Amino acid sequence: MISIEDIRNNMYLQLARRNLKRQTFRTVLAAIGIIIGVIAISSMGILGNSLKLSVTDSFGDIGDKLLIYPAPGKDGVSEKQVKQMKKISGIDAIIPVYSSGDRVEYKNQYTFGSVYDIDKDDLEKLVEIDEGQYFKSGSTDCVVGASIANTLELKLGGKIEIGDSRLRVVGILKERGMGFDIDTDTGIFTSEQMYRKLYPNEEEEYDFVIIKAEELDQVNDIKSDIEKLLNKKEEVITVFATNIILESINEAFKSISLFLMGIGSISLLVAGVSILNVMLMSTMERTKEIGVMKAVGASRRDILTMFLLEALLLGIIASLIGGLFTIGAGYLILSLIVDNTSYLLSFATLLYILEGIIFGIATSLIGGMYPAWKASNMRPLDALRYE
Amino acid sequence: MSDTIVQMEDVKKIYTLGANEIHALNGVDISIKKGDFVTIMGASGSGKSTLLNMVGCLDTPTSGTVKINDIDITELNDDKLTTIRRDNIGFIFQQFNLIPTLTALENVEIPMIFSRMPPNERKARALHALEQAKLEIEYADHRPNELSGGQQQRVAIARALANDPPILLADEPTGNLDSKTGKIIMDLLSQLNKAGTTLIVVTHDPKLAEYSNKTIMLLDGEVSDDIN
Repeated sequence: MISIEDIRNNMYLQLARRNLKRQTFRTVLAAIGIIIGVIAISSMGILGNSLKLSVTDSFGDIGDKLLIYPAPGKDGVSEKQVKQMKKISGIDAIIPVYSSGDRVEYKNQYTFGSVYDIDKDDLEKLVEIDEGQYFKSGSTDCVVGASIANTLELKLGGKIEIGDSRLRVVGILKERGMGFDIDTDTGIFTSEQMYRKLYPNEEEEYDFVIIKAEELDQVNDIKSDIEKLLNKKEEVITVFATNIILESINEAFKSISLFLMGIGSISLLVAGVSILNVMLMSTMERTKEIGVMKAVGASRRDILTMFLLEALLLGIIASLIGGLFTIGAGYLILSLIVDNTSYLLSFATLLYILEGIIFGIATSLIGGMYPAWKASNMRPLDALRYE
Repeated sequence: MSDTIVQMEDVKKIYTLGANEIHALNGVDISIKKGDFVTIMGASGSGKSTLLNMVGCLDTPTSGTVKINDIDITELNDDKLTTIRRDNIGFIFQQFNLIPTLTALENVEIPMIFSRMPPNERKARALHALEQAKLEIEYADHRPNELSGGQQQRVAIARALANDPPILLADEPTGNLDSKTGKIIMDLLSQLNKAGTTLIVVTHDPKLAEYSNKTIMLLDGEVSDDIN
């Protein structure tokens, strides 16, 4: 076991510490380089990660859904096709959707929204009510998304106008953010009868079908099963699995994070060069001392150890300080750019800080290698003669 | 084991400086016995420092053989030379050459660190060596720049004694000291010699030769006189 006392008594460490203190100002300057490098690398990593989290968060739980659209040239998804889909295993719910876009008016204000006809029971699987209740089937009532309610300053019981019809608002939905299935926040959901009244000329076939998988890892199987079953003879539908979006978002942000960290690592590279410079100066200045040490029995390995330890000590101290500052810098960046600091204390963030610290230590060590090698290979006689 | 601790036979050392060849040593034969106190004298450029470096395993000859404690060092590589130096030779320099960041005591500990001695034993022996070199104990915690020249040379002597080497080499040990301090240091070295350590001193001060039992005069890289 190595105790603290042993470390304190280790003369190599003592030498390293005192040699670093000998040129305090120079050491501090070299350390600042490493500190900045570590902060740059880890806060850039944190920024990339937080951007990713903020984007995926705003998409909500899209990963377990599949969207079935008519293939190009087809008008819609038929009732028969929906029945066929029911044979496929692993499906939690099949939700056929009619939808249209329209102008919505309320008290001389207007906006545009998506009008949906989704079965009331199915709708409950997709959205949550914030105020009020769902419409009754057959009624002329409707439920609206949060964004519509906000724009038109709607209250429960208010009557909106779409075309010539008036619909009573009985429920307002919770805000959901962007989605790939339905536009919840700008949506108007009403009964089948009301929808038919609004759009009497619409096709009998559904505009698209939403499928919810029982488990996230079944999504790909369901997709290929549906394609196999329905597109046997000709291409009638297009299946869009939303987990692909998550995957491509993750991929894209991985590249962004890497790119940001690449920029950060430039500063660490500069820091490495400054360590190299400082250590080289220090070996030159201490040439005679190295000669003396060799004369009294220091081997090449001893000298190498001494100088590497110096670089390592500098690297560890500076990188730890850098890691500490990163938490502060990360807070600043996140509150300014992402406007949400809750991502700061995630596991991934700590991983990025750790990564920065490791890179910082490695950089110092690499910067110290050549000077250490040079010092260890000095011939004692030449070193002793050096003035 | 023979009585001879340093044996040089027909040692030549040639440096090339640009296009010129400098014959620093030109066929030197020397034999030094255990317990001898030898002064090596000669003018600047006579080759006395080269000779000392060779005995100290800091340099190897161009031709001829050098044996330290019956080990032929002529063909050895750097790492082997380091080991022999560590175990057999204690160096005392004109400039003291103490490590400025270390205290007197720690400076004495340095050679023992390189010979991998455990810390407690190291410290005890360093204190003992300082006592042998007659440095007052209260200076053990002082850094070199807080010590006088004489005190620094005592620390250097203690450092040379640390690994208890059979041979002490001193290059102008009094060169940077006033005559009174110089005499005290020479008395100290002389005492260490009487206790059994072989002592080889390079100087051009004839007064130092009076302490020794053997004087080697060098002239242009050759032994011109060998007085017992």
